[in-house]
Amino acid sequence: MSSVSEYRRAEQAVDVAEGGGIVAQALTEWGGDEELLTINLGPHHPATHGVLRLLTTLEGEVIRDIKPIIGYVHTGIEKTAEQKSYWKVIPVIERMDYLAYYFNAMAYCGAVETLLELEVPKRAQYLRVIHLELCRIMSHMVWLGTSALDVGAMSLLFYCFRERDNILDLFEMSSGQRMHTRYIQVGGVMEDIPKGFEEKCRAFCKRMPKAADDFNALLTRNEIFLNRMRNVTPLDEQTLLELGVTGPLLRAAGNPWDLRKAQPYSSYDDFDFKIPVGTTGDNWDRYAVRWAEIYESVKIIEQALDGLPEGPHIADDRKVVLPPRHELATSMEALIHHFKLVTEGFRVPPGEVYYPIEGPRGEYGCFVRSDGSSKPARVHMRDPSFVNLQALAPMVRDSYLADLIATLAMLDPILGGIDR
Amino acid sequence: MEVIRQDPADFRARGIRARDALRGDLEGADLEKYVEERVLTTTLDKALNWARGNAIFPATFGLACCAIEMMTLVAGHVDIARFGAEAFRGSPRQSDLMIISGRISIKMAPIVRRIYDQMLEPKWAIAMGACSSSMGVFNNYAIVPADKFMPVDVHVPGCPPRPEAVMHGILKLRQMIQDDPAMGWRDRYAARGTEEVVGDPAAFPTAVNVLRPEEADGA
Amino acid sequence: MPDATGLELLAGELRDADPDCVLDTLYFRDKARIAIAPDRARDVLQFLRGKGFTFLASVHGLDYYPEEPRLGVQYELLNMRDVDRITVTLRVPTDAPEVPSVTPDWPTANHQEREIFDMFGVVFTGHPDLRRILMPEDYEGHPQRRDFPVGGEPVLFTHQQAHGVDYTVGVDRIHPGSGTPS
Repeated sequence: MSSVSEYRRAEQAVDVAEGGGIVAQALTEWGGDEELLTINLGPHHPATHGVLRLLTTLEGEVIRDIKPIIGYVHTGIEKTAEQKSYWKVIPVIERMDYLAYYFNAMAYCGAVETLLELEVPKRAQYLRVIHLELCRIMSHMVWLGTSALDVGAMSLLFYCFRERDNILDLFEMSSGQRMHTRYIQVGGVMEDIPKGFEEKCRAFCKRMPKAADDFNALLTRNEIFLNRMRNVTPLDEQTLLELGVTGPLLRAAGNPWDLRKAQPYSSYDDFDFKIPVGTTGDNWDRYAVRWAEIYESVKIIEQALDGLPEGPHIADDRKVVLPPRHELATSMEALIHHFKLVTEGFRVPPGEVYYPIEGPRGEYGCFVRSDGSSKPARVHMRDPSFVNLQALAPMVRDSYLADLIATLAMLDPILGGIDR
Repeated sequence: MEVIRQDPADFRARGIRARDALRGDLEGADLEKYVEERVLTTTLDKALNWARGNAIFPATFGLACCAIEMMTLVAGHVDIARFGAEAFRGSPRQSDLMIISGRISIKMAPIVRRIYDQMLEPKWAIAMGACSSSMGVFNNYAIVPADKFMPVDVHVPGCPPRPEAVMHGILKLRQMIQDDPAMGWRDRYAARGTEEVVGDPAAFPTAVNVLRPEEADGA
Repeated sequence: MPDATGLELLAGELRDADPDCVLDTLYFRDKARIAIAPDRARDVLQFLRGKGFTFLASVHGLDYYPEEPRLGVQYELLNMRDVDRITVTLRVPTDAPEVPSVTPDWPTANHQEREIFDMFGVVFTGHPDLRRILMPEDYEGHPQRRDFPVGGEPVLFTHQQAHGVDYTVGVDRIHPGSGTPS
């Protein structure tokens, strides 16, 4: 029995009532398994990726309907962002999707830079790309570790978190923080990379493909993993597009939509990389697409390190960007600019802008409305997990409860982004 | 904890005593000393607390970003298994430590309290990160600090705290467990008599933990 | 992006089909934006779907307080084939916050419209299941409106409560004996 569907067909062919005995009698009396049972999965549950509550209506072990209930980690981030000056919003916005913090900051900074019509220097763009791709790999590591844990392959958790720790060491090197680094600022990046970062990053880029090969070797030909992933809960591309799904889920169904290629931002068009695309859109394709993306991200990082241009790491405009510290001792204007920026913050011309980027889960679009003052009037993040969660119900309808767990893992929802 | 340093001369003497014990030649004062060095005598309470502190079962309670750093605790570099606490239980009934890792929204707060109530005494709680201790980066309508509705033993600051910092918090908790034998949290924090008892549960249809006057024990 | 002329052509077609549908067009920072009358939301989106904008990327709301009409809803449409984006905006006052729901045509708007209802109070008529999504079911008020207070709680710790220490010192009141608030 190598294929899941064959097993299921054989299962359905079994007729319990024929066997005779008490069970058969009871089943014929009660009319078989037509009774629907609604149970509550979560919000506290070891298999959910965050505090997601699922009202599941089961018939036996087959899911007939599912209703996700969210809001258990709603933090009012968008409202808090309206109270803070533009650069102070960055740490708050980063904590939305807590595995893709560079992407949150990038979307927001991109939106504000569009409003300001501020040009980001080339070196800053390349540094942003390096950190964004490192963050993408890190997000995929956590996803792979926790998904494998959900499915039962516990050792991958340790291996993936080991790689993740290497990436966090790099983040700590460039910005001082492991998570939520506020490295990406309006106009560029917070600081130039220190000496030794490039060396360590290249060493990581040499390790990572080998590590990804190891993870693949553990999972790809494993019969149990294949049974849980192959042909499990596929969803076709048209339904996904109607549901607004983007990112690896859409690419797994065959649509090669990736904003890094379609609407390049921050010098992504300087790099040569491929977009992994699946065929059927089942769990296996979702896994394979994300796993293949790791290799492509490593390629991008290496190209960015090779081509890293000299230059400033942040824009020059003193009305928006803090002046370098050594100038504060000599120049009066620098001191005044520094003072104004730190106390009041910079003012942004009024307008509304929507800036989309491609994150590890799909399209992160930051909508910023400015009313001319030093605080944003509205910040909204179009979070891909929030929109992708709507695809869960069509995916798992008429499949088993165990498939729900595997599908939820492959969906990669991050409740911080969903609830904001 | 103090480190007891051994005098080299004592060490030699101990070695000779050990050799004699193996040969069966040890007797009298030497035998007494031998036994004394190898047997820890203590009260049952202290022994139990020592065991409790070294075998903490945390409940998986990841809420937000701090949960990722909590998972890093389980993983290789900072290994919580060194301290005996790697068995994260899915069910609160089987765990004795709740690591509240992440921001508690107002929708989640009653559920956190319910899970804390489902844990059996003795139980402890660590508020990991700034959000659960003190609202963190956000101070707004949507979240509550954990101390508002449940007792917290150790607060670990950070946003998110490094895994080493959480480890330090867990070790501090272990020290607390080994020092302070008060089992119920109400005894630990002088909270007897603070149970909110309502007369008619029907008046509070959405309340999570509603106690009637006669059943306030074990709250 | 449809450039400025493309935008005017689209708006022109819409006006031909329905005279008071388009309220304004704006081409800002290389992005086209059409402001429409609130009750035409579904029709305009269907029209744009016919023009190739088949992907609804985002539905979000905002509060223009104190300008009236206060509540705004914006639809971000994406044309994947030509890689074009266009924004459709509409505004409704708080005393008549009804907007026809686009969920029957665009299933992706389901949760997003619920969020706008929850946070701003815009009522989407024809939505299959309009109830609060992020706040508790029985919450009163629409938090992201600009006149809703940000809120917040005083910080308190268990050991302070247990030992009867006044936890508001240093939070809401300054420490006795210190000149500046802490």
